[in-house]
Amino acid sequence: MSKIIKRYRVFLIVLVLLGIVFLVDRELGRLAFQNAGYTIKEMLLIIPPIFVLLGLLDVWVPRETMVRFMGEGSGAKGVLLAFLLGSAAAGPLYGAFPVASVFMRKGVKFSNILVFLGAWSTTKIPMFLFELESLGPRFALTRLAINIPGILIIAWTLAAMVPKKTIDDMYRKNLEMNNS
Amino acid sequence: MSTIVLYGVTASLLAFSFFKDRKKTLQALRKAFKALENILPEFLVVILLVGLLLALMDPAFISRLIGVDSGILGLVIALVVGSITLIPGFIAFPTAAMLLQGGAGYMQIGAFISTLMMVGVVTIPVEKKYFGLRLTVLRNSLAFLFSIVVALVIGLAMGEL
Repeated sequence: MSKIIKRYRVFLIVLVLLGIVFLVDRELGRLAFQNAGYTIKEMLLIIPPIFVLLGLLDVWVPRETMVRFMGEGSGAKGVLLAFLLGSAAAGPLYGAFPVASVFMRKGVKFSNILVFLGAWSTTKIPMFLFELESLGPRFALTRLAINIPGILIIAWTLAAMVPKKTIDDMYRKNLEMNNS
Repeated sequence: MSTIVLYGVTASLLAFSFFKDRKKTLQALRKAFKALENILPEFLVVILLVGLLLALMDPAFISRLIGVDSGILGLVIALVVGSITLIPGFIAFPTAAMLLQGGAGYMQIGAFISTLMMVGVVTIPVEKKYFGLRLTVLRNSLAFLFSIVVALVIGLAMGEL
C-alpha cells in the first residue's frame, strides 16, 4: 500500500495543487480538470493499442531480427526503417517513449531510436496531411524538407555527444524495467 | 481516422497471434499491461499538468502573444509556449491557421508548431523514466535549437525575412 502511495506521490501532490487552483480560481480550475479529462480520453484511445502492439512485438519478434534490421551495422536500412516506423505512427510523442524502451531491449542502435523519435514527433504522415490542409503546401513542404535532415542531424549529434557508458547504462536499465 | 487504422491493425495482429499461439498472446498482453502500469504514475502527472497549461493558454491568449509585428520577441514567446504546451495535432493545426488569420507571422507559427511537436517540457517525467534526465534534457535542448532554424527557414520561404 505504502509502495503504491510512494509511486503515485507526485501525482497526488499535483492533484492537491490543482485542487488549490480550483479553490482560488473556480473557472480556471474547472477548465484545467476539463482539459485533463479530455486528455485522459485521448490517452485511453491511443495508448492501449500501442502497448498491446509492443507486447506482441516483444513476444514474437526475436532480438536477432531487430538487431539485423535496426541494430549496429544495419546501416542505411536501419535508418530508413526507423524513419518509416516513426512516420507511420499515431499518437502524441509521449507514446513513443515506451516503444523506444522496447527497441533498446531488442538491441536497436541508439541513433536509430533517436531517428524514430524524431520522425514520430514531427513527420507523422496523418499529421503532415493535416498540416498541408491547414497551413498550406508551402509551409508544410518547407517544414518537411528541413525536418528530414534535421531529424538525422539531431539523432547523430546526440548519439555522438553521449558517452558510450551512459548509453549502455540506459539500455541495461530499460532491460531490467521490462523484465521486472 | 489514424485511430481506426491503429485499432484495426492491433486487433488483426492480436487475433492472428491468438490463433497461432494462445500462451504467447496472453504473455504479450501481460507484458503490455505491466509496461502500461509501470509508466502510469508519470502519465497521470503529465495529464494534470497539460490540463492546467491548456486552461492557462487558450488560443486567444497565444494569438495576443505572437500577433502582428511581434518580431523577435514574438518568435521567442512562440518557441517557449510551444515547448511547454502539449496540444494534439488535430487541434494545433486549426489553431495555428486561426492565429495566422488573426495576424500572427508564419515565422512565429513555424516556431510554435516545431517546438510543440519536438520539445516537451511537461512530458519530461515520462521521457526521463526511459532515457534518464541527462539525455532527456539534451534531446529537448537540441530540438529547441533546431526549431529556431525551422522558424528562420519558414520565415525565408514565406517571404517574411
